[in-house]
Amino acid sequence: MNKKTPVIEMRDMTKVFPGVIANDHINLAVYEGEVLGLLGENGAGKSVLMSVLYGLYPPTEGEIFVRGKQVDITEPKVAIEHGIGMVHQHFMLVPPFTVAENIILGSEPRTGAGTLDIAKAAEDIKALSEKYNLEVDPYAKIEDISVGMAQRVEILKTMYRGAQVLILDEPTAVLTPQEIKGLFKIMRNLTESGVPVIFISHKLKELMEICDRVTVIRRGKMIGTIGIEDASPQVLASMMVGRDVVLEVDKEAGHPKEVTLDVKNIHAVDQNGLPVLNGVSFQVRAGEIVGIAGVAGNGQSELIEVITGLHKAKSGAVQLMGETITNHSAKQIIHGGIATIPEDRHHRGLILDFSIADNGVLGSHDQPPFARWIRRNFDAIKDYADEFIQEFDVRTPNQEALVRNLSGGNQQKVIIAREIGREPNLLIAAQPTRGVDVGAIEFIHKRIIEQRDAGKAVLVISNELDEVMGLSDRILVMFHGEIVGEIPGEEATEDELGLYMAGAKRNTPPSQGGETK
Amino acid sequence: MDVLLSVLSVSLFASTIRAATPLMLAALGGIFSERSGIVNIALEGIMLAGAFFAMMISYFGAQMGFPPLVSAAAGLVGAIIFGFLISMIHALVSIRFQADQVVSGVAINILAVGLTGFLLQFIFKTSGNSPSVPSLPAMPIPLLSKIPVLGDIFFNQSPIVYIALLAVPLSAFVLFRTPLGLRIRAVGEHPKAADTVGINVFKLRYLGVGLSGILGGLGGAYLSIGQLNIFTEGMTNGRGYIALAAVIFGKWNPWGALGACLLFGFADAIQISLQNAGVNIPSDFLLMLPYILTLIALAGFIGRSRPPAAAGAPYEK
Amino acid sequence: MTTSEKSTTSVWRERIMLIVGPFLQRMILPVGAIFMALLVGAFFILAIGKNPVTAYAALLKGAFGDIYSIGETLENTTPLILTGLAVAFAFRAKLFNIGAEGQFLMGGLAATWVGTNLTLPMVIHLPLTLLAGVIVGGLWGGFAGFLKAVRGVHEVISTIMLNFIAMFFISYMVTGPMKEESALNIPQTARIADTAQLMNILPPSRLSAGIIIALLVAGFIWWLLWKTTVGYEVRAVGLNYFAAEFGGIKPNYNMFLAMMISGGLAGLGGAIIISGLFLRYQHGFEPGYGFTAIAVSLVGANNPPGVVLAALLFATLSQGALGMQNMADVPQDIVYVIQALVIFFVAAPQIVQALPDWIAKRREAAQAEAEGAQLEGGQA
Repeated sequence: MNKKTPVIEMRDMTKVFPGVIANDHINLAVYEGEVLGLLGENGAGKSVLMSVLYGLYPPTEGEIFVRGKQVDITEPKVAIEHGIGMVHQHFMLVPPFTVAENIILGSEPRTGAGTLDIAKAAEDIKALSEKYNLEVDPYAKIEDISVGMAQRVEILKTMYRGAQVLILDEPTAVLTPQEIKGLFKIMRNLTESGVPVIFISHKLKELMEICDRVTVIRRGKMIGTIGIEDASPQVLASMMVGRDVVLEVDKEAGHPKEVTLDVKNIHAVDQNGLPVLNGVSFQVRAGEIVGIAGVAGNGQSELIEVITGLHKAKSGAVQLMGETITNHSAKQIIHGGIATIPEDRHHRGLILDFSIADNGVLGSHDQPPFARWIRRNFDAIKDYADEFIQEFDVRTPNQEALVRNLSGGNQQKVIIAREIGREPNLLIAAQPTRGVDVGAIEFIHKRIIEQRDAGKAVLVISNELDEVMGLSDRILVMFHGEIVGEIPGEEATEDELGLYMAGAKRNTPPSQGGETK
Repeated sequence: MDVLLSVLSVSLFASTIRAATPLMLAALGGIFSERSGIVNIALEGIMLAGAFFAMMISYFGAQMGFPPLVSAAAGLVGAIIFGFLISMIHALVSIRFQADQVVSGVAINILAVGLTGFLLQFIFKTSGNSPSVPSLPAMPIPLLSKIPVLGDIFFNQSPIVYIALLAVPLSAFVLFRTPLGLRIRAVGEHPKAADTVGINVFKLRYLGVGLSGILGGLGGAYLSIGQLNIFTEGMTNGRGYIALAAVIFGKWNPWGALGACLLFGFADAIQISLQNAGVNIPSDFLLMLPYILTLIALAGFIGRSRPPAAAGAPYEK
Repeated sequence: MTTSEKSTTSVWRERIMLIVGPFLQRMILPVGAIFMALLVGAFFILAIGKNPVTAYAALLKGAFGDIYSIGETLENTTPLILTGLAVAFAFRAKLFNIGAEGQFLMGGLAATWVGTNLTLPMVIHLPLTLLAGVIVGGLWGGFAGFLKAVRGVHEVISTIMLNFIAMFFISYMVTGPMKEESALNIPQTARIADTAQLMNILPPSRLSAGIIIALLVAGFIWWLLWKTTVGYEVRAVGLNYFAAEFGGIKPNYNMFLAMMISGGLAGLGGAIIISGLFLRYQHGFEPGYGFTAIAVSLVGANNPPGVVLAALLFATLSQGALGMQNMADVPQDIVYVIQALVIFFVAAPQIVQALPDWIAKRREAAQAEAEGAQLEGGQA
């Protein structure tokens, strides 16, 4: 295989941002007919490398070759001209535009008079979508279509520009296992019709399934490229993190006691009035960890927000220790004994431009000893911060430091310290380890299990099936705003969970209507 | 009722058009700017600069002995050029230097007040009013101006009125029927998406703001050398902000903005003719109308008015 | 290096820098911006054939030349402190209050109403007059906050609209219901009662006790922002709406509150100007303090002590401008140009950095050209 000229080759690619070496002499080559995996942890430099290839950042050093010829990719336009197509992790689609308008944007077909030729565009798109088996509706608006279709639009966008190689950046994060299978079929189609694919992922099983070779980078450094025949999930994992990792979470069986959280037939709608929760009922007991699995966007986020008072329930009830707290204010619920590690630490978790101390009291900032009437007590606030910095090993010069200047893992520790510090009856942990390094993951998992062993009720929501399966004593699966499956933690398998997640299987009774009080 | 009927005359509608013209031009400029993602509260300052420089160039034209029409036409061109230049300051500060676009707009408006006042004092040794200069007279369009009623309303006006009326369909055409328009709108909604397909975000934003300078400058020129023949300090008197209101009320669409400007122009015109007719109703409430309507529109009581998603956010590669 | 190795002076210098350092660091940007703006202003003055040094000296003399000028400058500072605080406080909640002008005017009108229509002893009448300004200004600002919180209306647009609505409403009131009954038919209100007037503290200037109120209020706002949970919550909402909400803070309520406090501050400014200076409301009274306030707030880094200093600066500029026009024959409108430039430079500090780069590049290019010419010359 090495005798052939690679379609794309990057040699000694180095990218330095002020203070960070994102890529350090990385070599990568992709050949015709193959799917090349690009593996690394969050923040390892995968996306930066591909952004350099796509002309979004200029490289600090290094060379790029397209079919053996050295090229200088200064901007995306040049990358497109060289036949490089990229589907970004966050879709680059204009929501109020139609599918066709998005696909042609920047390479618009024109009529004789120089105006947009939408009819021709639709025709071309139809032909392309038939060729690659990518079904889309050219006249639908992006804001109205499904995630799956949006992804097909992104792929068509690159094909419309005559892409000869396709980069997919974490494309499976938002898809169901079944949709992922569909995507893999599309990828195979592409490689067979001469378009090799670079598949960026940190999900080992997916890489094993679809790739021919995998290039691994770690903390911006090149670790190596390995043929799939020589690889296994364990091999890839140790290449990725640099040591042998325990994929399993180490824990004893739980000892569930009395019911702490009782969610009864919750219904809720989104801001457009569309149903997002359709009769969710479950319980979490003291001393047990209940995990909620599901494809992102099936109501998990709204469920947490309803429980924590950030989203109104239309009907149904939430009870904590027998007391009804439905639609109470966020403040009441915090003081009632629910602590939450939110799913996105930058969105809800932290005020980045506040100090560690100020973030540490968020939610109890107006309670004694941190405040008396409206006067804040800075001595108490500082003492408290010093205490948890020590206990949770937050790496920082002092408690005055802005949280913005901490690493992701340390930021997450500040949140976890704050939430566990509330000494809650119920701890909700949503995506508790998203975007933190392996060391921090183990630390955080240990802390969560400690809470359970201390007799607290714990609810874990995660998009990482491994995490849910590893932590939970009991797993619930959400689909279309309902709990469709309940499986004991030790019995769950990924395949089975996948069926529930896709809505193909159900073992819970259908929910009752919930319009009555 | 009789009074009301008596003021509902052809001349009322003709003056509605005249009142709407500067608003329309500035509003169209505002649409291009905001559709490309740059919030433009600098319209007030751009118009003021346009009004001043139109007067100034026309004045110098006359001083140099050119015929009035040539001087006035040169004034028009001057307004366009200086409107463009002022808008480029806004563009540079908010695109290249990524400053807050509202802050930059506020500064432009203050700058325009200072600059025009400074030059008025320095060149004409006066404050308040400039000397009178050659203006652009009404130019009836042959045949069309003879149409009863409509002729007097639409076709017996200053050339700037014709430009404004033509600019509406032209702007709508460019924005919604051409590749350029698609790109401008994309840059205002999701600049990163546009960037990744090879579109130069910065260039299009400069273009959008530049168009607001050209159109806003024209709108200002209409105030000084279209409707009148002098420049008065602060003569825009909030029209730039009304134009902004029209942009929002018209949902960032040229046709919508036309409707809003006509409505606002009508409120202005009827207020004047009621006063002339000696009717003693508080004209202040009619003058308030554009602002109240815009607030109502924004609050979503007449269909939600949604700005371009990326408007106001500096783009960084 | 340990402390013992250092000389005592360097230790002291270090200690002083520890306290003063951060302050100096924060001063660099605004002072640099002001300096640059004055520099560019000097070019304007040169361009019309005048001497910038004479002009700026005249400006300073106009602002601080005698007791009268000093008093007038400080009297001008008063409303700028309050409107500047208004803009700054809203900024802390990430709200851009362009409506300080309208809130200021409405506050002034309310004070006028209370001052002219009620008959009360001074101890009640004067505070009530000022309070009326706070309340009406607060409601006017609070309405924009309400629209933002409940209907998602962008405060920039709503406050611009409310400015104009206020202007026309006031025009109606001053020419109609509140118009003074007099033979001259001047569109103005009656004079407020003596019991509603702030006392003069620096004759012969018109400086009133309002400046003391403004300074006390600045101290109060500083305390509120940095030492209380109210400030914590407002700042939290401004920095991260969603995290604040997550932490049990009601973001919409806080945005409303911030706009109401902001409007109240501006309204107090209007009330003080009526009660301490103008004593009645005249038609067409639009001093523009609410717009200068944006510059004041920016230069003052949205922090009360900075706002006080920036207010003094801009008051100096506008008070000195007239002196500059009279004594140095430089049009007073130049101060608006300078004000705009200060805003540009503070809002986009990169301009100040880019300028030397650009000049260096030009110089290099010129040098290269010169060398090229030399080379050509040598060849010939």
